[in-house]
Amino acid sequence: MVKPTAKFSIRGLSVHYGRHCVLRDLNLDIQANEIFTVIGPANSGKSTFLNCLNRLVDLVSASRCSGEIRLDGIDIRGGMEVEALRRKVGIVFALPLPLPLSIYENIVYGMRMQGIRDATLLDEAVERSLRESYLWEEVKDRLRTAAMNLSGGQQQRLCMARILAGRPDVLLFDEPTSGLDPISTAKIEETMMVLKEKYTIVLVTNNVAQAARVGDRTAFFLMGEMVELSDTSKLFTAPADSRTSDYITGKFG
Amino acid sequence: MNPRLAQKIAHAVMLTATLLVVLPVLVILVIIVAKGASAISWDFLFSMPRDGMTAGGIFPAILGTLYLVLGAILFAVPLGVLAAVYLVEYSSDNWFSRLVKLSIVNLAGVPSVVYGLFGLGIFVTFFRFGASILSGSLTLGIMILPVIITSAREALESVPRHFRVVSLSLGASRWQTIRHSVLPHALPGILTGMILGLGRAAGETAPILFTVAAFYLPRLPHSVFDQTMALPYHLYVISTQVPGIAENVRYGTALVLLSLVLLLNLAAILVRSRFRGKKKW
Amino acid sequence: MKSIRFRKLKEWGIEKAILLSGIFSVVFVVLIFLFLLREGFSLFRGESIVDFIFGKSWYPISSPPRFGILPLILGSLLVTLGAAAISVPIGIAAALYISEIAPRRLKEPLKAGIELLAAIPSVVIGFIGMITLGPWIKSAFHLPTGLTALTGSVTLAFMAMPTIVSIAEDAITAVPRQYREAAIAMGATQWQTTWRIVARAARPGMVAAVMLGIGRVIGETMAVMMVTGNAAVIPRSFLQPVRTLTATIAAEMGESVQGGPHYAALFAIGIVLFIITFLINGVADLYLHRSRQ
Repeated sequence: MVKPTAKFSIRGLSVHYGRHCVLRDLNLDIQANEIFTVIGPANSGKSTFLNCLNRLVDLVSASRCSGEIRLDGIDIRGGMEVEALRRKVGIVFALPLPLPLSIYENIVYGMRMQGIRDATLLDEAVERSLRESYLWEEVKDRLRTAAMNLSGGQQQRLCMARILAGRPDVLLFDEPTSGLDPISTAKIEETMMVLKEKYTIVLVTNNVAQAARVGDRTAFFLMGEMVELSDTSKLFTAPADSRTSDYITGKFG
Repeated sequence: MNPRLAQKIAHAVMLTATLLVVLPVLVILVIIVAKGASAISWDFLFSMPRDGMTAGGIFPAILGTLYLVLGAILFAVPLGVLAAVYLVEYSSDNWFSRLVKLSIVNLAGVPSVVYGLFGLGIFVTFFRFGASILSGSLTLGIMILPVIITSAREALESVPRHFRVVSLSLGASRWQTIRHSVLPHALPGILTGMILGLGRAAGETAPILFTVAAFYLPRLPHSVFDQTMALPYHLYVISTQVPGIAENVRYGTALVLLSLVLLLNLAAILVRSRFRGKKKW
Repeated sequence: MKSIRFRKLKEWGIEKAILLSGIFSVVFVVLIFLFLLREGFSLFRGESIVDFIFGKSWYPISSPPRFGILPLILGSLLVTLGAAAISVPIGIAAALYISEIAPRRLKEPLKAGIELLAAIPSVVIGFIGMITLGPWIKSAFHLPTGLTALTGSVTLAFMAMPTIVSIAEDAITAVPRQYREAAIAMGATQWQTTWRIVARAARPGMVAAVMLGIGRVIGETMAVMMVTGNAAVIPRSFLQPVRTLTATIAAEMGESVQGGPHYAALFAIGIVLFIITFLINGVADLYLHRSRQ
């Protein structure tokens, strides 16, 4: 087996929706334990990029992908089952989307689908993942109540706990704070900084400041192409491409 | 004409029209209850007919209808719900799914007496089930299939798309997603369709005319290969074929049939409105 | 690992069952047509299709038997036309009232009432028509019998109305609100808006509603058999007994000999009915699709 050099290595990735090209010839590596942020205006292809990493893009019936994505050196299309990939690569969506179940059942959903029935194992996973997402103290006494009753910020941290329970490798965040107030946003960002010790994080955001605050490296996407990729500090202080500097100084988007 | 006056007249005409559609339900109910209630008794509901059906009860007809309806549901619900799952969850908008949808529309439009012919041709004759509960149930089952598919489809489509995306993103397989994150939320709608199907199957006469219904049987059916009496056919028989039956027996039979069907429909309406009130998303 | 393989196998089976269930709906339509043909086609070895459809006499048990279904077609047509003449204006007006004018708290009860009317078994409606409407028509028009085409039309009108009302109502509700607001803003009264704007925009859906209502009437069997008097002659007026296609099948199948020409002729009538309703529903479906766009 080839020794992996990166968590994700992406070569020649293009995505079409029907005839419309949404991602064009993407080549990049994502390192283990970094926070890799993607910024760009609406329709720049950044969410599509994220959905390629766990193959949620397959749900768009008219989509066509070409190129190759390897996770730890294994092709995510030919080399593993899609269910296994999605357990390894969890995603937090833009809106908090708890399932209409209890807090507890939301968290163990993925494990139950794997066929895990052992109650102590499930209990243990619930506590661990809620602690990791800093929600345990707030909800430990009402695990059996409906997840829909939590506040927006709590729901979003529940969605984080829900993927952490399955012991993933990579966490994908798709504009995770776009619907939240500043305090909840700060909490989520803090949580991410801690989580990167154990996980690789890919964060798509349209909040440029957020990328500057948490990102190790940042990529700028525009109309389906990656314009620039560099260390976050460099991208924000000395962008190589004029379109990047236009975007981060707010000239468009 | 003055537009205000025109509006007044138009509203009055439309209100009259609406009452003409809705009031007959009440009128029919009132007539049947008023003239049939006196026939209803324990004996009428739970004993066999006597003296050439002019006396005694209608128990075999009630029981037969229950058997037929049960059989139809056992056949049509699994098939219909799975077909709806296929249309909503598995098919994309291609020629085949359009063909399936068109077929369902046409199944819904086929006259009930043609279902009767079909049942006679395929179940009674071709499969040699004879005129039997099995043939009648299957015929009724195919007839109510569109009702079940249509309501199950609507129920599945009303489940938000993100339930599916979230479930899949957590590593659930396609079927697990349907089984655990879609079907439970579509259940009330599926149940509504099932009850409507029950009501329809209970009231139909033409499909069972040549496939199962018996004019008169001295004993109850013992197996699915036996013929049976059935309420709607019994009402038809005693109101057109057998002279000299007391009027209140006819109305009483109509009352039992109507109550059965309307109660089922009322139940469906209640399930649906409760479900709409409780929806959380 | 074993359990995972078992689960995969189970899911494979379930997904195949789902696909199969989808296919079954198509299969049933095809089977219905094939079995009607199988049983009915033998008639046309001794009879030409033209004689069958345009033959003026239906004497199935005389010798030689005559299988001309023109009287039955005309009977069905007459009853259907009468029912449509009654149910279309009333049904459309009721749909407009319920969706545009009725106060909010009246809407749901009205719709429930219409659903209940749709739910009443046809044999019960036939029973009521036979026992109440029949004698009334007999004495009102001084007829020898109250079981006439008119009785059938009135009875069937009530069976078509729920279909017409509920589908037309859907179409009217689907008309975008801006249409109404624009018309009201230009000073139209509510009625002018309803009639000139909303009803016009909802027209394709209303056409579909009418067609489906008519489809229901043509296919209706028990009620029509109980109230139309069942005389298989070419009808000359609404006030005489007629016999429809559906009633003929229902009334005579029990007396026919399986495999004989009479039996085949009844299945052939089934083919005619199947084709008629197939066309009506296909066209109605086209209009429904147009109304949704």
